Amino acid sequence: MSFLEYAPAPESKAILNLKKSYGLFIGGEFVDGHGTPFQTISPADESLIAEVASANAADVDLAVATARRAYDSVWSRMSGADRGKYLFRIARLVQERARELAVAESLDNGKPIKESRDVDVPLVAAWFFYYAGWADKLDYAGLGAAPRALGVAAQVIPWNFPLLMLAWKIAPALAAGNTVVLKPAETTPLSALIFAEILQQAELPAGVVNIITGAGDTGAALVNHPDVNKVAFTGSTAVGRAIAKSTAGTGKKITLELGGKAANIVFDDAPIDQAIEGIVNGIFFNQGHVCCAGSRLLVQENVHDEVIDRLKQRLSTLRLGDPLDKNTDIGAINSKEQLDRIRELSNVGEEEGAERWTADCAIPDKGFWFAPTIFTNVSSSHRIAREEVFGPVLSVLTFRTPAEAIAKANNTPYGLSAGIWSDKGSKVLAVADQLRAGVVWANTFNRFDPASPFGGYKESGYGREGGRHGLAAYLQSSGFGPLPELVEGRTPKKPAKKSTKGAKK
Amino acid sequence: MTVEQAIALAPAERAIQLIGADLTEKSLKLHLDGLSGVDAVGLEARAADLSTRSIKTTSKAWALDKIIELIDLTTLEGADTPGKVRSLVAKAMTPDASDPSCPRPAAVCVYGDMVPVAAEALGSLKGLDQPGGGINVAAVATAFPSGRASLAVKLADTRDAVANGADEIDMVIDRGAFLSGRYGLVFDQIVAVKDACRKADGSFAHLKVILETGELNTYDNVRRASWLSILAGGDFIKTSTGKVSPAATLPVTLLMLQVVNDWHRLTGEKIGVKPAGGIRTSKDAIKYLVTVAETVGEEWLQPHLFRFGASSLLNDVLLQRQKLTTGRYSGPDYVTID
Amino acid sequence: MTRLSVPKTYKLYIGGKFPRSESGRVYEVASASGAFLANVAQASRKDARDAVRAARSAVAGWSGATGYNRGQVLYRIAELLEGRRAQFVEEIVQSEGVSADAAGKQVDAAIDVWVWYAGWADKYVQVAGNGNPVSGPYFNISTPEATGVVAVIAPQQSSLLGFVSVVAPALVSGNTVVVVASEKSPLSAISLSEVMATSDVPGGVVNVLTGSAAELAPWLAAHADVNAIDLAGAGETDWVDLQISAADTLKRVLTPEPGVPAPSVERVTFFTETKTVWHTKALI
Repeated sequence: MSFLEYAPAPESKAILNLKKSYGLFIGGEFVDGHGTPFQTISPADESLIAEVASANAADVDLAVATARRAYDSVWSRMSGADRGKYLFRIARLVQERARELAVAESLDNGKPIKESRDVDVPLVAAWFFYYAGWADKLDYAGLGAAPRALGVAAQVIPWNFPLLMLAWKIAPALAAGNTVVLKPAETTPLSALIFAEILQQAELPAGVVNIITGAGDTGAALVNHPDVNKVAFTGSTAVGRAIAKSTAGTGKKITLELGGKAANIVFDDAPIDQAIEGIVNGIFFNQGHVCCAGSRLLVQENVHDEVIDRLKQRLSTLRLGDPLDKNTDIGAINSKEQLDRIRELSNVGEEEGAERWTADCAIPDKGFWFAPTIFTNVSSSHRIAREEVFGPVLSVLTFRTPAEAIAKANNTPYGLSAGIWSDKGSKVLAVADQLRAGVVWANTFNRFDPASPFGGYKESGYGREGGRHGLAAYLQSSGFGPLPELVEGRTPKKPAKKSTKGAKK
Repeated sequence: MTVEQAIALAPAERAIQLIGADLTEKSLKLHLDGLSGVDAVGLEARAADLSTRSIKTTSKAWALDKIIELIDLTTLEGADTPGKVRSLVAKAMTPDASDPSCPRPAAVCVYGDMVPVAAEALGSLKGLDQPGGGINVAAVATAFPSGRASLAVKLADTRDAVANGADEIDMVIDRGAFLSGRYGLVFDQIVAVKDACRKADGSFAHLKVILETGELNTYDNVRRASWLSILAGGDFIKTSTGKVSPAATLPVTLLMLQVVNDWHRLTGEKIGVKPAGGIRTSKDAIKYLVTVAETVGEEWLQPHLFRFGASSLLNDVLLQRQKLTTGRYSGPDYVTID
Repeated sequence: MTRLSVPKTYKLYIGGKFPRSESGRVYEVASASGAFLANVAQASRKDARDAVRAARSAVAGWSGATGYNRGQVLYRIAELLEGRRAQFVEEIVQSEGVSADAAGKQVDAAIDVWVWYAGWADKYVQVAGNGNPVSGPYFNISTPEATGVVAVIAPQQSSLLGFVSVVAPALVSGNTVVVVASEKSPLSAISLSEVMATSDVPGGVVNVLTGSAAELAPWLAAHADVNAIDLAGAGETDWVDLQISAADTLKRVLTPEPGVPAPSVERVTFFTETKTVWHTKALI
């Protein structure tokens, strides 16, 4: 018997207490949706998990009105300390129900239980914990004394880190004093619906958080709703563009966290074994369904063969399979649509002339799967060097000098993240200085922390989530406004210091 | 500023193969200093990730038996007596009195002057490689654990142990020399000890080189010392004496396995790894098996390429084994104190 | 026949344990109306010495923990305090002679102060630290770190709220604390120590001495292994002499306050040292 064929180590689903169908969570209760209900399935075997309500325009109206009422009558009148206490309660409940949430997430999303258990859910709790502490300390956020909330926030999140993206949206919004209507992604509503139960356990005042399930139409109705003050969106650049356009002129504050095609730069003086881990983590963690994935490996030409060789050896111990098996490293692709897109772009890669290599993985019969794939001999002009695949596909390019690495890394409309691998501190910092990316990881990758701001340059979006900077998206800035009129005999007051919103180019 | 003299080193085969015939302390140092650095945070994260593997049911049963087969059952106390050593050997020969199917450890590890006692106690079972299996006698030597003695004394220590019948020698490197940059001295000592492992019949006692990673302190040092020990002719690289804390850790063992992997990719030759000290539970030992299999390959999970230097680990494994067979949690009364 | 109670013995809290004073001394703590409440350990200079030693050995672990971890530990104390609310209310009623309602308000305030400070542990660095735009090819960052061991003289007139208001802020950044509780009303401090001993607070992070501030403060002010001293509750002593004594080892000193100090992040950052690191940046 081969030891490496580890015996099954399934995480039990018995911890789940799923309903057969879920309604919309509005005003602190589950209510009926009036759109056409849909199903959520497990992408690992295409089995049905539950039926989920869909919110139509009237439901969206109700949700927004409920959030508005809760803002006006309860949440905006509540002290920051009390808002913080609710958020602390939520954090603790997430910790208490951590295993249940992790299993639900892996079941619905397809990601390995090892990741939802060890990465996603702990970060969710941490995010609520961190922002709980800010709720009564907004004076220190760097936005002037007693900054005010915006009101009702419309939040639309993607399917790749369902519960974590929910935490990234809800925690700062509530800490800052806003109420929320959030739409989870169509293929991954489950953890959000269990989260709604947690909100009931926390006794969060009704209407402060509303969770409405649905597809693109629901999302569009929500972000375009006239009584929404703030829109926060994480998802594709294409939809982000559409939102930026449709909300133009409405006065709504927008933050967008969009796609990426991050460069993971490996220099010849990189700590080699850790760099290999960093490459693997960068593109194969979460099946590559990561906006900040290191999908372009930029390797210094003089160590290219060595790196690729080691990389291939390393990939031979990656385990693809049942997301609920504790030893699985690579889970299922979230949906048929996404799988088709990954396959299509991979075929393009071959046609463009790149050399394709795929890890030897046994692919289950049912479900959506894609084995880790590496394309070498990729040039900057190839589509697979420019377009986001959002799957476990790595494109490998080379460079000769640090300056060339930087130029290639920056040569993209995206600018979300980047990785730098080198044992030399001065080079790491100089390269980091010049990368046009919102998050730069040096000798590590895919590190997230509620205290650390995250967000992109250029077409990867604008605004930051996490850290003190993450509060700015949900508070009124005192810095923007007209010059006061000249009063005879008195000099005009200097305009208030501009707040530094993260909309850099 | 002076120009260093290029002092010639003892002509160890692997070193010549890799560095060239012009083998000097200088060329050795250049090679060792040119090795890739280790990012400690990344190394430890990878070790932590390997620790999350869940080894259950049939895999666990296999792993438990394998762990036993890989143990060098050890007693290294100043207070060791013939009685203590005989008791240890008896335990190695019959680890679980209630279960004759229980495998045996690969070796017993004792001080050099206790080798005759161990050899006599083992009787016909002495010798790992005999048909039907057996148990080797490993002796620590070279002024273990500190290594602070003249080369002459360290070689005499080694020769005595070999003459007494030791099948394996666990030597310590001179950490003081290593930390003060005298790589040539460390190298030559290993070569000399390897030579002192020659038995009367011309074969060699197999040599494990203890780096004492706790004293080397940084992972970069461990990487260099691992390469140095392999180039000088060691058959195994070993983490620790067990007398210094920290002893074996998963990250440091992972690093040493990576070096062994690199050497194998480079030359096709397989070097063994032995973590020693501080591995007390089956749970921990299983993490090491996983780390070996996923770093350098399952092939290394055999006594010629991997050992655990341990004493109390054996009983914990036996307790786990008993649970797997009986279905209930066991207790200390059901395993023998050796 | 009313049930006979089992009165609690109040000891010192040092290094995670509850020893009696090495001097063997106790002093009587009476209720507001003069009734006997308890014999409380009267700490000596040697107890103070032991407390400082325990505090010093705990600094590396506590300041080395992540802000998130410290925040969680501090928040847990608030959870446990909340759970034992009735006990603390009763103790304050007995000790201060106030109504249960007033005592309840004090306990609630103490819990809320604790929660407020817990929330700073993973964010004060973002408020008090920053990158610096120096001229030249250098990465430059300033970060506030724990100063080390902080001695504290707790406010005399408030049993719980005063104590919490001076102890919590010092802990946020990773300092460990040796605190002299209010001489008149020390019981809440020891009960709070019981809460800390049963939560995740590592031994030695908080050390509580009961007794006379006038007797103990001079030893703490002079102690060379104490990095800072908060004289909040030392207003009735010769505190200027204490400040002079502290100056021998250049301790950071907070002078006495009337009443209970208000929650402030300045109380957190006062007990920190700002470290500025430069690193070259070069592409070639």
